[in-house]
Amino acid sequence: MEYILEMKGITKEFPGVRALNNVTFSVRKGEIHALCGENGAGKSTLMKVLSGVYPFGTYDGKIFINGQEVQFKSIHDSRQAGIAIIYQELAVVGEMSVAENILLNNELIHRKVIDWNLLYAESMKWQKQIGLDIDPQTKVRNLSVGKQQLIEIAKALTSDAKIIILDEPTTALTESDVELLMNILRDLKAKGVTCIYISHKLSEVLEIADSVTVLRDGETISTDPVGDMTEEKIITKMVGRSLTEIYPYEKRKLGDTVLEVKEYSVTHKGTGKQIIKDASFALRKGEILGVAGLMGAGRTELFTSLIGGYNNGKYSGSVNVEGSEKNIKNPSDAIEAGIAYVSEDRKRFGLVLGMDITKNTTLASLKQVMKFNVIDQAMEVKKAEEINNRMKLKAPNLEVKVSQLSGGNQQKVVLSKWLLNNPRILILDEPTRGIDVGAKYEIYKIIVELAKQGVGIILISSELPEVLGMSDRVLVMSGGKIAGELSRNEATQEKIMALATGGKNI
Amino acid sequence: MKANLNNNSGGKSSFSSKISFKIDLQAYVLIIAFLLIVVIFGFFTGGEFLSSRNVSNLFTQMSVIALLAIGMTLVLILAQIDLSVGSIVGLTGGIAAILQVWHGWDTWAVVLAAVAIGALIGFWHGWWVAYRAVPAFIVTLAGMLIFRGILIGITDGQTIAPLKESFMAIGTSYLPYLLGYILAIIGIVLMFYFTYRQRNKRQSLGLIVPSHIVSYGKITAYSVLLLLVVYMLNRYFGIPVPFLIVLTIGIIVAFVTMKTSFGRYLYAIGGNPEAAALSGINIKRNTLWVFVIMGALAGLAGILLTGRLNAATTSAGTSYEMDAIAACVIGGTSLMGGKGNVIRSIFGALIMASIDNGMSMMNLEAFWQYIVKGSILLFAVWMDIYSQKKATV
Repeated sequence: MEYILEMKGITKEFPGVRALNNVTFSVRKGEIHALCGENGAGKSTLMKVLSGVYPFGTYDGKIFINGQEVQFKSIHDSRQAGIAIIYQELAVVGEMSVAENILLNNELIHRKVIDWNLLYAESMKWQKQIGLDIDPQTKVRNLSVGKQQLIEIAKALTSDAKIIILDEPTTALTESDVELLMNILRDLKAKGVTCIYISHKLSEVLEIADSVTVLRDGETISTDPVGDMTEEKIITKMVGRSLTEIYPYEKRKLGDTVLEVKEYSVTHKGTGKQIIKDASFALRKGEILGVAGLMGAGRTELFTSLIGGYNNGKYSGSVNVEGSEKNIKNPSDAIEAGIAYVSEDRKRFGLVLGMDITKNTTLASLKQVMKFNVIDQAMEVKKAEEINNRMKLKAPNLEVKVSQLSGGNQQKVVLSKWLLNNPRILILDEPTRGIDVGAKYEIYKIIVELAKQGVGIILISSELPEVLGMSDRVLVMSGGKIAGELSRNEATQEKIMALATGGKNI
Repeated sequence: MKANLNNNSGGKSSFSSKISFKIDLQAYVLIIAFLLIVVIFGFFTGGEFLSSRNVSNLFTQMSVIALLAIGMTLVLILAQIDLSVGSIVGLTGGIAAILQVWHGWDTWAVVLAAVAIGALIGFWHGWWVAYRAVPAFIVTLAGMLIFRGILIGITDGQTIAPLKESFMAIGTSYLPYLLGYILAIIGIVLMFYFTYRQRNKRQSLGLIVPSHIVSYGKITAYSVLLLLVVYMLNRYFGIPVPFLIVLTIGIIVAFVTMKTSFGRYLYAIGGNPEAAALSGINIKRNTLWVFVIMGALAGLAGILLTGRLNAATTSAGTSYEMDAIAACVIGGTSLMGGKGNVIRSIFGALIMASIDNGMSMMNLEAFWQYIVKGSILLFAVWMDIYSQKKATV
């Protein structure tokens, strides 16, 4: 069988990071080809190169479709060539009808006067192709996420897609919807459509795919027929690197329990879906507790909810800080209780970009720098300077707007802001994301230093080496539950991945 | 690392001087624009625009919009908007006149009532915006209609007049000459004192301090300007009381925005509401308060307007919200939130009032005022966006 798609020697660099390094990826005509890898392995980047999101010229390497070299300058180009990509975050227009969504790229909808009946009839034709039968006038907003996904697939078919890319299609689906999707994929395969299937759920991959390609650290590890693979083999390929970076971990004497969470559940206010189910764990003084899990496992939801910052959810369960029960309803309650949360998206949740360093630093602890209800500039500047010196912040002066700082220095400002409150519990959500290696090491040192001073630290990270290198203990989350707990000695990448993907313990 | 934070404290390195130059440029644009307006109108009115009588009129006329612009600055910093202020001005002025003319209330009681009702209306708006999450544009658009309707209803569509002397005095009286000069000199001394203290403080903290010539030169220029204005006003009847009210409240609110946690929180909420919320800032309560302050200031503006006109009419204050927003924007306040300065907004109100006043003195027809004011607004916002784009490159 010939290859419908070949990507050869693809290299893509971002400032300071080589996201893809000489990647080769070949897909046979009419197969379902799974693409596996850890978060950050380069799967999404590779698909963005393929679909023209990163246009020709911004990467090195060649792409061939049916043996012909192609150069996509935009998403439009790749769509013309028959490539359709369906993202994890759906791109349907909720307020529009099913028919309009399916035919959004079709000329029928761009006529000066739209023939609605024709539009509806045409949309039914495409729906039938994938075994759907929804009233074409229904607003897409009213459909389940699974159905919305199928609408996107139907839409992809209308543009005569030869290759459909599905990025984590089943994370938000119920089991029956997953089954429906699987059947449709098999159906499409029978019709000769090629599928690239990106998924963390290895059981699904083994069930549906014909071949598996594994990416790790931006490189192709292998491509194998599914028949030769097992879950264990795929996991080993996905994580199999050694600890190359150095972590300034030091063995510490741990203190008493500082935080105890029991049977903590979070329900989504809108959908009533349970996002976190019965999470229970404890944290000791001076301990670094790593939290691992795949995207969508509920890590961020659990901890933002714990500090009262998750507005879409209602929680139940108990939270004890140093032995006394706390009812944390909003972030200021959390600050009161001595809990600080450094969010994963520092630009969105951590900083006021238009403000200077000093003002950002003192934002969560203004009371400390006030005299008679008036901000004392001298005290404010002194405090901000002290703490930022401890963080080894590099800036021309503290009146520079934080938007002008590098990612690593911005993260230090966020850390300063929270450390000014002298927290007893510090929750760090992806503290080193998008930061260069040198700054990473400095942040690790700060973490260890704080732990030595007795601060209980929760380190949420998608980078397994980081979790393994820094933590005294690792919690693994999967599907909104705490799937397991591993001590520093027993934790390995394989064990974490097995727990995180819902597989059995190896 | 200490060195890293401090090595620019002399303000001599190219990096820091560039920054401060950029910031100052924005402030100077406002002053240059104002001087341009003064020169143009001075020329076309044969100097009449700059007569003592007219300067006095100008400062009285700008007061109502300036008061609204002070409150509106806070609202805009929060990235909200208040379209109802014109109606609040009308309604509170109307109620004040009714209480005095029909029910014989004393002036002080009437003033308190108007401000309290303004604050209550602000509370109503703020509650809908903050606790019911209805967009401020809609809430205050509804308020604009509702409160205008109530005004017409309670006044039966009549003009209510005349008011007591003491009420009129709030909108029309002047400070004695001597008191005017004394206040000006106190103001100048304070300006020098605070500049001196601020410089010392910053120096001891190792922060950038502009050179002596720059900081004291600026204060000297302001002082000369202040004395000149007071002299001109005194050649007529003295400093108008409404202008003094605006200055007092402007200084208080400027202090609140710069020196208190409430003010700091407003900038943080407007700049990044999500980060502000996670920093433990109560967004809802602060939003509510800003609308209450806006309402109270609109109530006070209603008193000034009614006192000056010696009557309350059903159309009083119509479209003042637009003038207030325009004043803020001309003063560099961003509609996107997180950015704004009360004193500059007052300056913006002065520019708006100058255009009205100058063009009517030139005997140009009223339609020209709309066209020119609209164009200036558009230009001011474009300038702001343009300069921001340049700053980010």
